[in-house]
Amino acid sequence: MIAALNAGQTAVLVIALYMAALIALGLLSQLVLRLTVADYFVASRGLGSFMLLMSLIGTTMTAFALIGSSGEAWESGIVVYGKMASWSGIIHAAMYFLVGLKLWAFGKKYGYVTQIQFFRDRFESDKIGLLLFPILVALLVPYILVGVISSGTAIQSVTAGAFPEYFKETGGAIPYWLGALVTCLVVLYYISAGGVRGTAWVNALQTMIFLVLGVAMCWIIAAKLGGPEKATQMVIEHNPTRLKREVSPADRQHYEARLAEWNADPKKAIIKPKAPHAASKTEFTTYLFIPLSVAMFPHLFQYWLTARSAKKFKLSIIGQPLLIMVIWVPCVIVGLWATSAIHDGQPVIPPEFARPNGVLPLMVKKLASPMMGALLAAGIFAAVMSSMDAQFLAMGSMFANDVVGHYIGRDRFTDRQLVFIGRIFIVIVVAASFLLALSWRESRVFNLGVWCFTGFASLFPLLFASIYWRRVTKAGAYASLLAAAATWFWLFRDSQYGKLSEQAHWGLTPATLVFAAATVALVAVSLITRAPSRATIEKFFGGGGHAR
Amino acid sequence: MRRLVILLLVLLAILHQDFWYWDSIYPLVLGFIPIGLAYHIGISITAGILWALAVHYCWPKDVDVPDESFTTEAPAAEVRR
Repeated sequence: MIAALNAGQTAVLVIALYMAALIALGLLSQLVLRLTVADYFVASRGLGSFMLLMSLIGTTMTAFALIGSSGEAWESGIVVYGKMASWSGIIHAAMYFLVGLKLWAFGKKYGYVTQIQFFRDRFESDKIGLLLFPILVALLVPYILVGVISSGTAIQSVTAGAFPEYFKETGGAIPYWLGALVTCLVVLYYISAGGVRGTAWVNALQTMIFLVLGVAMCWIIAAKLGGPEKATQMVIEHNPTRLKREVSPADRQHYEARLAEWNADPKKAIIKPKAPHAASKTEFTTYLFIPLSVAMFPHLFQYWLTARSAKKFKLSIIGQPLLIMVIWVPCVIVGLWATSAIHDGQPVIPPEFARPNGVLPLMVKKLASPMMGALLAAGIFAAVMSSMDAQFLAMGSMFANDVVGHYIGRDRFTDRQLVFIGRIFIVIVVAASFLLALSWRESRVFNLGVWCFTGFASLFPLLFASIYWRRVTKAGAYASLLAAAATWFWLFRDSQYGKLSEQAHWGLTPATLVFAAATVALVAVSLITRAPSRATIEKFFGGGGHAR
Repeated sequence: MRRLVILLLVLLAILHQDFWYWDSIYPLVLGFIPIGLAYHIGISITAGILWALAVHYCWPKDVDVPDESFTTEAPAAEVRR
């Protein structure tokens, strides 16, 4: 029966089965859900090592890890792996070890379910929540939008030709709006049904899908190109600079000679060479500031709190660099091969092709089966939804606990009522995200992603100091937040509000500059203002109680 | 051992800056992975090993919170200052 389906219909079938599996998992998790704040938002702090690892990987790896990594490798070469993946492997694990463990311990000891609850206590300040809540929400919204827009676009792209009689205007593909809507509704269902436990179960499945998928795709594509050695030889022949990071005079001569051949006879040359460009060493080094952002992700904080014990972090810390590698390496290699891939005497990627995010789907479409294309679509949804669900849930938790519970009074609500309020807020956020995704579809929202990470990274000095420096003060915390916000906005404006992607200053990433401003303000103001009370220092640092 | 693991992690972050391979494609590891990429795959694997050593030798003592101190209540110090 499947053989009778066209590629678009196969994709619809695989996506429908995949969504049904997610709904079934949501239903199962509902059976064990207890309607308490601790169970709904932090799974009664009861997740084991494997579930924690899968949830954390699923949450931190977005669709960028699949399609963005191949696209960047196609565009910029091997530099993308060292700049993003191997740095992330080292830094993410460090964040889990140095920050996640400590926050988990504070959360378990003092009952925190959100970051703001911790900061309020640590800085003896109620108002800091009023400043942090809008900052965290504003940084999360574009991140969520990237997910919603990716899912709608991916569904429309892979289901082309599925229902020509129903969707004439999209060539038979499920329209963008419908794809985005279905994704939002499915995520909404399993969040609502099972809370963070439901999302953890779903994320475990989704993470396994995209772990296997990348390796399988790379294997199949290599075989179609005559083996991995031959595929790499084609790159050495046509675009050698994609396999290194420097551009020598000999590389320029090679490029000009290949371009002249292509201009003289495109059919004979087959591949149009890509212009060589060297990678910036300063940017490569200072990219380490970007993954620091994970320490301040509200959705990651929420997952950290779900661990049954501190020991459950061990597998996540060790597995982080290794699983990032397993996901990224095949996708980067396929992206490199795509620069020069020739199949049946034709270039696999047409010379005029200009959409990096479309490279991996096109390679799969031309070199693998329709079923593989459909599975890739499922993998993209897995990556998108496993980040989006946790973000929605974190928003609901912050609203219920930090706004309603805190300002109206925790004692005035039962746990059931607070969970209900959280769920309602999630519905509102999902609806708003869907509507924004409809109107911002063609916007530069993808460029905003790196600015979100920069924003979260700028909050890292505050978080780190609050855990390890007794002397950090409330005034220092406010100064750090304001300095970070001002520097971030200045750089963002300088990049023409994300239009120029990352406008480099002295070759540094914006995160480096914002991080420096936030750190200087934090340290300088803390040293000249009154130290925190002895009780607070004892609470977070144990005996002694002296600020140092 | 604790200090050695910390030192090795710092060294790993320094070795991440492999400017000496910036202009190299060869050798091709396994016949198809350029050295600049293979080196960073090695960095990822080494990071996994070093973090395994870190959780074994550098595990903080103050994070193992006993279950009796676990609370599901809202934070005790709901400060309003």
